[in-house]
Amino acid sequence: MTGLTINHYLMLSAMLFATGVLAVTLRRNAIGVLIGIELMLNAANINLVAFSRHLGNHVDGAVYAIFVVMLAAAEAAVAIAIVLNVFHHAASISVDDYTEMKN
Amino acid sequence: METGIGIQLAFFAFAALTVGSALFAATAKSIVHAAFSLMATFFGVAGIYAILGSDFLAVTQVLVYVGGILILIVFGVLLTDRVPHEYKVAKPRNYLPAMIAAGLVFVALAGAVMSAKWPKLVKGELPAATTTVEAIGRSLLTDYLIPFEFASILLLVVLVGAARLARGGARK
Repeated sequence: MTGLTINHYLMLSAMLFATGVLAVTLRRNAIGVLIGIELMLNAANINLVAFSRHLGNHVDGAVYAIFVVMLAAAEAAVAIAIVLNVFHHAASISVDDYTEMKN
Repeated sequence: METGIGIQLAFFAFAALTVGSALFAATAKSIVHAAFSLMATFFGVAGIYAILGSDFLAVTQVLVYVGGILILIVFGVLLTDRVPHEYKVAKPRNYLPAMIAAGLVFVALAGAVMSAKWPKLVKGELPAATTTVEAIGRSLLTDYLIPFEFASILLLVVLVGAARLARGGARK
């Protein structure tokens, strides 16, 4: 098999998504968790564009991906604001310390 | 599907850049190093988009992710850097469970990709990549008009909400 098939892109996306899962579960820093979420969103976007391209349509996947990018930007802005608030409240950036609502 | 050897080399180079820098971003001890490594990841993904023929999306990726989200993340690091020792995630306690979780996710996804038979994919030559800007603009204002308007409302709400949240208790 020569050339790039859709499986190349899907495997790349799977690797990137697994890396995002690794970052989310490994990091204790709340901002590190955010980095992991961004990695996962990028992996999903690669899938969208790859499928769109391999179905012979350039536009729809790109439009969906643009919406995802827009949502990611909105999510990052709100998440950083929440993290800053919680940081001022708990005096810690580690997600392990945010246990006030437990029990 | 035939693709030139140059394109293939570019794909593998961008894929290696993406995955390598993402792994570093996930595991780097310093969160600042992770954030800068994330920049390389975003550029790698933009390269992948370019190879896939989505020129507009590649530029958007660089503008929004590198120019916006990464700056937000770095600002977040900056503003929460009052307890330096907590910053170094020197010994992640949950290294093993995290590796297992990520490994399982990867095995599941890779197994699904490898075992799937994609039906009805375009046989033979894909249509040549052309510029997508005009088509994207048209479809945003026709087929995707409602989501587009909702997106603008969402952005307005997020703008106000994030500002309100970030000001914290100032208005109480």
